[in-house]
Amino acid sequence: MSLTKTAVSVFALVALGTAAAARDQVQVAGSSTVLPYASIVAEAFGENFGFPTPVVESGGSSAGLRRFCEGVGENTLDIANASRAIRAGEIEECAANGVDDIIEVRIGYDGIVFASQQTGPAFTAFEPSDLFNALGARVLVDGELVENPHTQWSDFNGDLPAVDIAAFIPGTNHGTREVFEEQVIAAGCEATGAFQAMIDSGMSEDEAEDACLAVRSDGVAVDITGDYTETLARIDSNPNGVGVFGLSFYENNTDVLKVATMSGVAPSTETIASGEYPVSRPLFFYIKGAHIGVIPGLKEYASFFVSDDIAGPNGPLADYGLVSDPELASVQETVENEVDMTE
Amino acid sequence: MTDATAPAPGARSRVGQGSLLRQDTRTIKRNAAENRFRIYGLTAICIGILMLVFLLTSILSNGLSSFRQTTIQVPVTLVADRLDPEGNRDPAEMARVTTFGYAPLLRDALVGTIADAGIETELDAGDIADIVSDESVAQLRNFVLANPDLLGQTMPVEVLASGRIDGFFKGRVTYATAELDQNISPEQLRLAEALKAEGLLATGFNFDFFTAPDASVTRPEAAGLGVAILGSLYMMLVVLALALPIGVAASIYLEEFAPQNRFTDLVEVNISNLAAVPSIVFGILGLAVFINFAGLPQSAPIVGGLVLTLMTLPTIIIATRAALKAVPPSIRDAALGVGASKMQTVFHHVLPLAMPGILTGTIIGLAQALGETAPLLLIGMVAFVREYPDAPWEGGLFDPATALPVQIYNFTQRSDPAFVERASGAIIVLLLFLFLMNLAAILLRRRFERRW
Repeated sequence: MSLTKTAVSVFALVALGTAAAARDQVQVAGSSTVLPYASIVAEAFGENFGFPTPVVESGGSSAGLRRFCEGVGENTLDIANASRAIRAGEIEECAANGVDDIIEVRIGYDGIVFASQQTGPAFTAFEPSDLFNALGARVLVDGELVENPHTQWSDFNGDLPAVDIAAFIPGTNHGTREVFEEQVIAAGCEATGAFQAMIDSGMSEDEAEDACLAVRSDGVAVDITGDYTETLARIDSNPNGVGVFGLSFYENNTDVLKVATMSGVAPSTETIASGEYPVSRPLFFYIKGAHIGVIPGLKEYASFFVSDDIAGPNGPLADYGLVSDPELASVQETVENEVDMTE
Repeated sequence: MTDATAPAPGARSRVGQGSLLRQDTRTIKRNAAENRFRIYGLTAICIGILMLVFLLTSILSNGLSSFRQTTIQVPVTLVADRLDPEGNRDPAEMARVTTFGYAPLLRDALVGTIADAGIETELDAGDIADIVSDESVAQLRNFVLANPDLLGQTMPVEVLASGRIDGFFKGRVTYATAELDQNISPEQLRLAEALKAEGLLATGFNFDFFTAPDASVTRPEAAGLGVAILGSLYMMLVVLALALPIGVAASIYLEEFAPQNRFTDLVEVNISNLAAVPSIVFGILGLAVFINFAGLPQSAPIVGGLVLTLMTLPTIIIATRAALKAVPPSIRDAALGVGASKMQTVFHHVLPLAMPGILTGTIIGLAQALGETAPLLLIGMVAFVREYPDAPWEGGLFDPATALPVQIYNFTQRSDPAFVERASGAIIVLLLFLFLMNLAAILLRRRFERRW
């Protein structure tokens, strides 16, 4: 009976394959912000070394770290990409599953920029306070804390165009949201005096911080849960829209996007490296120490990633928009000596 | 009052209504209602067709250009002492020269070619080199490593033009956008036009789009669907090999052998339920069972195939059971009547007659599985994979791969605008596959279907 034959051969195949399943390529997953950089490195690594090209997945920093911490073994990840540092809770979870040797590698910095349609009105000069006034849930108007009444940018800053506020900000599933909240909204909250007003109204410091980060929910600020391509599509159809992008994304789309300065500084790899441009964050990847020497090419991939040729200021990553780490040499040493961050 | 004086009810309606040729008001109303209903139906279909036309036009207008690709002809001198410093022509030693070592070679060759052709340009060597893809350096290196004997000679090499230059000849990039674009300058576009005039630059059919693996964000011009098509093919093999026998066996048992009791009722209800379960649920199940429990590798087509098998099974079972039910009981009765056993009846008479229906259901189930992305997200197949999986008999089902719908998703996430074209091109390829499969299902049904 041919059905039986097919079934038997399939199971034979499965059995055969399981025996031969020893993995020979590095497996990476995590932040979608790090993904482009990781794929550039993986591609160059596959071209230049005798190892197969690593497999790079996206899915977000948190999801990547969770899978990274699932345990040690060939069917678990070797490297987790993250657009934020690993949290203490995640290190504990890792340790509980036997992953107690983690090498932290900082690959550089990523700038976060505000951009609008090339042909739309000019939002060329932002201060954090402008963005807080536009997007905060409760803002300070004439010394009073009120539900955000602003409908146009010119309502609170005469220098900004008199068009309806429409902001496309990263959803809470993005690591970018955290940076946006901490470095823009929170900064704006303090600068406008709303933070002080909240404390004066009897809130504790923690409560005031949370209240600062609350974004208005009347449809003016739109959470984008997808990628920057989605933000771009929204901006494309809304000439008044302002969107949050990664620097590298903006640099690849300068023909359709116009970037805004923050506190008078235009974003570029140079201004971010020097710290003049205020909104940036470090990018990381985490190596599972127990897999070094077991998975072929793992350490070579990590060393290649942080080498001067790749991650240096003239390398392909910087060309793509990564702000090169000024302390790259010490990062290279960390990888070389396999320094375990949990010790 | 007698019956005789009362007019018959039927006759009363006819009286005073005039001739048969003139419609009464109720008939007119009824006919109007029917006409309205037809218009509703027609409108619904028109809206559907309009949407389809809109979708297809947008996909085709964006994606057809991905089947064409701009290349540049450059004679490259393979300088022996740069590419093989040891001089032994040993590929292992030569492999130590990385793509960074090959880049200047290609750059010099390009600058030389432009000078030889008499094209004047103000661009420096770095900007000139930017008009070719980063991929071309890797291609050159692979070519040299495969043919170490050619060192020292000057070889005509066909390299990919960069994504922006390619876009210029497809109308995506213009002088106006290049003015604003950090990655390309109008001067570079003028250089490309001059190269085209000299016949060194040409746009031709893009075979690589179907065979090449994925490429990173900086090389949209080199990205292809090779690994994705292979991965999808492997998964379909697994689905076909598992879902068809299991589904048919389950249906035959349920339809022909199983007693009618509460247990089989429960099974039936659950099968219908499973057919409606969101596919992501099967992904979660696959991650828990096949990867975490059974220890199968991540990103492998075998796991994808197993997950899609679970997803496709209910569809196949429901279709198969319908096909078995459609075989008239008289066939079974006749077979049993001449002394055939139950199993002989099923395998010799019922199953062959139900086969067209079963195949149609299977193909539609496969087509559904082919377009599925969500469950693959959780088992690691939504990934950047550049290595082709081995052949299935060499364990290729366990090598990492992606799938066509996943590749579309990946392309749409990338920052370079050239990937919009690639994504639409991939959609066209996927639609083509789906169209072929559904066409096969229809043809099979036409060819073998029997009516009683």
